[in-house]
This record gives sequence, structure tokens and C-alpha cells, in this order.
Amino acid sequence: MDINKIRKDFPMLNNNKTMQGHPFSYFDNAATTLKPKCVIDKICEYYEFYSVNSHRGDYDLAQRVDDEILKARDNVCKLINADEKEVIFTSGATMGLNQIAQGLKRFLSKDDEILITDAEHASNVLPWFRIASEIGCKVNYIPLENGRITIRNIEKVISSKTKIVSIAHVTNVLGYVNDIKEIAKFVHGYNAYFVCDGAQSVPHFKVDVKDLDVDFLVFSGHKMCGPTGIGVMYGKYELLKEIDSLLLGGGMNTEFDLCGNFGYLKTPFKFEAGTQNIAGIIGLGKAIEYLNEIGMDNIEKYERELKEYAVTKLLNEVPEVIIYNKDSEAGIIDFNYEGVHAQDMGTLLGSYGICVRTGEHCAKLLHNEIGTNSTVRASLYFYNTKEEIDRFVEVCKKGRDFLDVFFA
Amino acid sequence: MSFLLNNEMMREVIMDHYQNPRNKREADDSYKKVYMDAVSCVDKIYIQLKEENGVLVDVCWHGSGCAISTASTSIMTEILKGKTIDEANAIMEAYQNMLYGKPYNPDLLDEAIVFMNTSRQPSRISCATIGWRGVGRILNGDDTNGK
Repeated sequence: MDINKIRKDFPMLNNNKTMQGHPFSYFDNAATTLKPKCVIDKICEYYEFYSVNSHRGDYDLAQRVDDEILKARDNVCKLINADEKEVIFTSGATMGLNQIAQGLKRFLSKDDEILITDAEHASNVLPWFRIASEIGCKVNYIPLENGRITIRNIEKVISSKTKIVSIAHVTNVLGYVNDIKEIAKFVHGYNAYFVCDGAQSVPHFKVDVKDLDVDFLVFSGHKMCGPTGIGVMYGKYELLKEIDSLLLGGGMNTEFDLCGNFGYLKTPFKFEAGTQNIAGIIGLGKAIEYLNEIGMDNIEKYERELKEYAVTKLLNEVPEVIIYNKDSEAGIIDFNYEGVHAQDMGTLLGSYGICVRTGEHCAKLLHNEIGTNSTVRASLYFYNTKEEIDRFVEVCKKGRDFLDVFFA
Repeated sequence: MSFLLNNEMMREVIMDHYQNPRNKREADDSYKKVYMDAVSCVDKIYIQLKEENGVLVDVCWHGSGCAISTASTSIMTEILKGKTIDEANAIMEAYQNMLYGKPYNPDLLDEAIVFMNTSRQPSRISCATIGWRGVGRILNGDDTNGK
């Protein structure tokens, strides 16, 4: 991997971009990633050259749009090893999880249980809370073992009442990679549905839905160099046939009459009501091509190297830093500087051009695990460099002087 | 106020209020109360206020936040306590103007002047105003009596 060449692909990383007078370093990739020029160009291409609606246009440009969408869907299929009818475009992982929860509701009855963990993102908690209160069933938590989900701990809470288990492939704050294949197999042994939140995994390493044998997988385009407002919900065909779509409207029905009868189109169209985010779909398709050119395996290997480099350097050089996830695999460093509030640390880093995120990171149950409700999260992607990490560590050393940013 | 305009002293005032916040306690239900829950950060602050005959006889707060939100709220309670509503509104307006880089009367602001540089870090204006906005909400009748 030629990082300097890769960085040239990103307009945000070019032209000596600065923030607060310092070189710009983007360490907030778990929130959203930067976009390469080829993705931006692809989106503009749609708006400039064939900006018409999809489905049933009897003219060339409409055909072009359909072809581009088909190609994007095919790119997604190859990326996660799914079939075309199993890949549904959504506005993002959040919408996917809401659709799945509402769709699976019909299989639940009173006193059933849904299992999640307290490290889940809000989007993998609240949709379950809602259907649990609608049905009168319960949400329970798989206890974590040093940040990880283990079969031993699932065993403590799973039972014949468990109908759904929904967990993140990679947790968005701590970055532990869960052994989804093993967990899915175990959960299926209890005849429960297994839902996987891939928002922090699909962008960073190869994810194969058939190999993992998940029932559903969701992810977001903007966390993998694609545009915002586009994501994917994968579901096993047999299940997609069974569940209802969240949204009804144009492009998803076969027919309807005055008496209120209507029929669904076959999946994936059944779930794609209304005009889709066409530029988003096409942009995501391009982003996948871009990631494939670099190679998901290369991305994974490089990010682990960066993570290890950052953790080792921080631990060796900044004794005041407390890292909550030093042994997790993903390129996420979740930390605090002793005696300094996370947000004050975030402002200090920002004043040196380094973008991090602070707070609870949408995982508002996680403080149970790490004993603090506010952390600094530096999250890396394949365009980050060791030089950037060196600068980050130097700024971390100044933690004690965090008020300097208001007075220097 | 000029004695405070030294950077080192301003920094010390903020640290002092961060480490030893003033008027930080939970008052009884006779106080008007508002819960300020910042969407973008973890600041969670309750402001409580007792008003008698147009005077803010007591202002207190509890909750948690960063150095900037803690110190700014602590300083605010000291300044607003004992002021009439009209005086409080004038002070709050001056503070608001200072943070947004508009002309303001520094004589009204007492120790709150230490936040004069917050406009350099626009992302922190929300922290420096969270408690002040809470009092503003109560004075506008938008108190929730807690949550």
C-alpha cells in the first residue's frame, strides 16, 4: 500500500489543508470517513449527465440509471457475498436496524426475549426497546468479558424465550471484533434470529454473509468512503420474503385497488419504496470499487499496524493516558487523560488540527463497562499515517495544559 | 475588571471553579428547575432558581460537565445571585455578546470575563453558555421542573 498515493485520492487530504493553523489530521473515521475524488466525481456524473429517475423510464437515460444501480447492487453483492435479491438499499445502518426490528416483530410474542449488549450503538438498542414495549417482551443484555462477547456469556442469558440476538460485529467505541461466525451458529442452535450491525466492520475488513451465516447484516456507505444517506440491509431471502417492509409507496407494489388490496414486489424492491437515493447508491458502488482496488485485506492489516503503533506509543510516552481498549483489534483508540474531561481534551487536539470525537459516542449504556461516561475516541482509516499518530501523541502530552487553547 | 485580564489569572479562575464549583447543590421543589442536556456532548446540568419579588434570591446547579461548562455555570451562579430580573437579563445579554464576538459591556460580567476567548473555539460556545441558557429558559417561563 502506497499511503502517499492513496492520500492524493482524497481532496480533504490535499493542498496542505490546515485546521487552527496546524496540519489537518482526521481521526474521526468511526463517525464518518473522507471521500475519494472518484466517488465525488461519480456522484456529480449522475447529477450532470443522467439525472433522471430509475424504474420503467422508456428512454435511454432512465435505462442508464437502472444499469448504474444494478452495477452498484452487484458491487455490494460481491463485497459481502450476497445474492442480488438479498441486498436492500437503505438510508444507512440505522434505517436497516429499524426495518429489521419492525419486520421481525411479527415473530415475537409476549414474554419473548431479545438479546443485545450494553456496548451497542443507539441504533441497535432503541428499535428493540420500541418493539419490546409494543409486544410486551423483554430486552436482555449479554454480559461482556473484557469488552468481548463470549459463548460462555451468551449461555448465561440465552434461553428458549430468546427470539432475536442483535450485536455489533465491531463495537463502535471499543473496537473489539466479535467472532460472529461462532456466535451466529450458537444462536441458531436456539432457533433465534441473528442480526449483525456491520457499520464498523464492513468498511474495514472482508465480511462474508454466507460464511458468517448471519440472518441480517446492516452497514452505512459514509463510513466506507461513500456518500452519506445510503446504506445496505442484507437479509436471507427466505426471511425477507416473510417480513413486512417499513415503508410503503411507489416502486415497491405490484398493484393496488380501491378496496385497499395491494401486492408487494419481490425483494429487494419490496423494501425500496419511493425514489431512492440514486446518487448515493451509485456513489456507494464506486466507493466499493475503490476499496477493492486497495484491497480489504491490505486495509485490515494496515489498520491493525496503525492501532498497535498508536497504543504502544501512547502507553510508552504519555503515562497520564488511560486507554480503555488497548487490546481490541479495530483501529479505534478510546482513552482519557487523567484529570482532564474528554471534551476539553478533544478541543485541545482540535486546536492542533487533529479531529477526534468525545463523549458517549451513541453508546450510552457502555459506561457500565468502562466506568466513565465520557471518553476521547481516535478512530483510524487506511489513509492515516504513523507521522500523524506521532503528532497526535505529542499533543496528548500537553493534556494538562488543555486551557491553553483559550489563552495561547 | 482589568486585574483579571491577565491570561494566567483567567486560566486560574476557570480551573478554580472547575475544581471547586460554587453553588453546586440540589435545592428543593420550591425552586424553578430546568434540565440542560446537551445533544452534542455529555454535559448534563440542572439549573435551579428561586425568585422573590423580581429578584433572583438564589441560583444553584448540579450535574456534570467539562471544565468549560462547569466553570461557566459556577461563575454564573455567583454573578446572578441577588440580581433583579432586569439586571440578570442585561448581564446575560452582555455575556452572550462577548461569546459571539459582538460589542459588550465588560463591567457587567465580573469573573465571567474569563470566557472572553471562547469564541476562538466555536465548538465550545455551547459549553460556555449551557448554564446561562438554562437560567434564560427559566426566566422565559420554559422551565420543566426537572426531568
